[in-house]
Amino acid sequence: MATTLTTDSSARLPGLIRRLTGDEKHAPSAHSTIDVIQVLYDRVLRVTPDTVDDPDRDRFLLSKGHGPAAYYAALAAHGFIPEAWLDDLGGPDSRLGHHPDRVLVPGVEISSGSLGHGLGLGVGTALGLRAQGLLTPRVYVLLGDAELDEGSNHEAIAYAGATGLDSLTAIVVDNSSASHGWAGGIAGRFTVNGWTADTVDGRDHTALYAALTGHRPGQPHLVVARVESKG
Amino acid sequence: MTVMRTAFIDTTTALLDEDPRTALVLADISVSQFAPAGRRHPDRVLNVGIREQLMIGVAGGLALTGLRPIVHSYATFLVDRAYEQIKLDLGHQGVSAVLVSIGASYDAAEEGRTHQSPGDVALFDSLGDGWTVRVPGHPDEVAPLLRDAAAGDDPVYLRLTEQRNAEAYPDADRLRVLRRGGPDAPLVVAVGPMLDTTLDATEGMDVTVAYTHTPRPFDTAGLRALAGTDVVLVEPYLAGTSSAVVGHALADVPHRLLTLGVGRTDLRRYGDAADHARWHGLDAAGLRRTIGAFLGSARG
Repeated sequence: MATTLTTDSSARLPGLIRRLTGDEKHAPSAHSTIDVIQVLYDRVLRVTPDTVDDPDRDRFLLSKGHGPAAYYAALAAHGFIPEAWLDDLGGPDSRLGHHPDRVLVPGVEISSGSLGHGLGLGVGTALGLRAQGLLTPRVYVLLGDAELDEGSNHEAIAYAGATGLDSLTAIVVDNSSASHGWAGGIAGRFTVNGWTADTVDGRDHTALYAALTGHRPGQPHLVVARVESKG
Repeated sequence: MTVMRTAFIDTTTALLDEDPRTALVLADISVSQFAPAGRRHPDRVLNVGIREQLMIGVAGGLALTGLRPIVHSYATFLVDRAYEQIKLDLGHQGVSAVLVSIGASYDAAEEGRTHQSPGDVALFDSLGDGWTVRVPGHPDEVAPLLRDAAAGDDPVYLRLTEQRNAEAYPDADRLRVLRRGGPDAPLVVAVGPMLDTTLDATEGMDVTVAYTHTPRPFDTAGLRALAGTDVVLVEPYLAGTSSAVVGHALADVPHRLLTLGVGRTDLRRYGDAADHARWHGLDAAGLRRTIGAFLGSARG
């Protein structure tokens, strides 16, 4: 099992992603979430392969479960899963499917795929940690801008804001793929409910790091990571 | 007289005091009754507002951190509305909760179809075989069932109703014979609040009447031990919900099966629960007529 831990996985991710996709043509930037996930696992999240069951770990919940290549690659780069698993994506005996299953993959916090489930689970996780006096861990939930179409997200956004759930950070990777757009912007959906929000270039690691660590007391935090339009 | 909902509120309030693993998630239903518990345990008594998808999602998240969530609303909002959350935010995450509903099939008859959920138990059947389903028939059955559920780690659905039998049988998680017929007498199984009506309806018939408050997992061993050729199920939710379970249990035994319960048609009528029982043929006269015809046809 690969156990190499890195704090800069940028050199390794492209090769790992190619093992998943077999795609030699597209650059890693074809994956909208890769930079957010890289910054999170390289610099932000307090979790390692040795602490995947530690109650005090940070949680990363990939709500937008489709297109998980960058996620699997990051997990392999940081030693959560063997690199060899990447060579059999979706195979009959593979633990890695086109949507991740937390029961099958070490380090995966939630099983996702059907859109609009991660933020509610994240709210519950944050509440559960608080109820047990675990005040250090943060809960990060990654969503897509089209995923916000699902009304369940708006139940979670309103409630987390109203109750000041400040251990929660939502990250929306915005590649302008929502069919009807978000007139007035994505951040406003959250800030009107009491969230703080930073909207940054989703390819700029310095800006992403600042936003991902830019939460303030008493309010949940949103990071909108804007990337190129899909397609 | 204690009603099931009060027994649920009192027991859950006690559990919140006794066990720091217990958490309660509400969606505006029964919030005022839980206010004292909420003042004592503000981090474990959570009202998300009228947001049932979030209610189940939050329960899933709480369970992921090791808590034991109890989740409560009307059956139609708790189960029907949040079905995919139950499937994915609990089952597919490999975590569980105790779901406690009120309203049942037609307790809220005057409120109309929007507040009724005859199909809830069938929906749990569609989720696989992990769910325990408890359908108490008396308020005194609620506390032991809820305490048992809260102490465990398995997924449990506790279906409360305003209908009730005269006697409580807290240990009836397996078929409990309450009237014994002759050798090879037809077996009539009454689930939860259908017991007393079933006893009334079969008065004078040579049948064995057995009771359970736990249709899932169904006591198939008890069923095989008690069943002759003719088996009748009387369930307080969608008719035929347990047909497949019973059919599988008796697959290698010649048998005839009659399944009675709430009909599939939206009646578009109000009235009260007794009216709906009559319209669905679940009052004593209706059951007697249907069961009598079924048993008579066997001998005709």
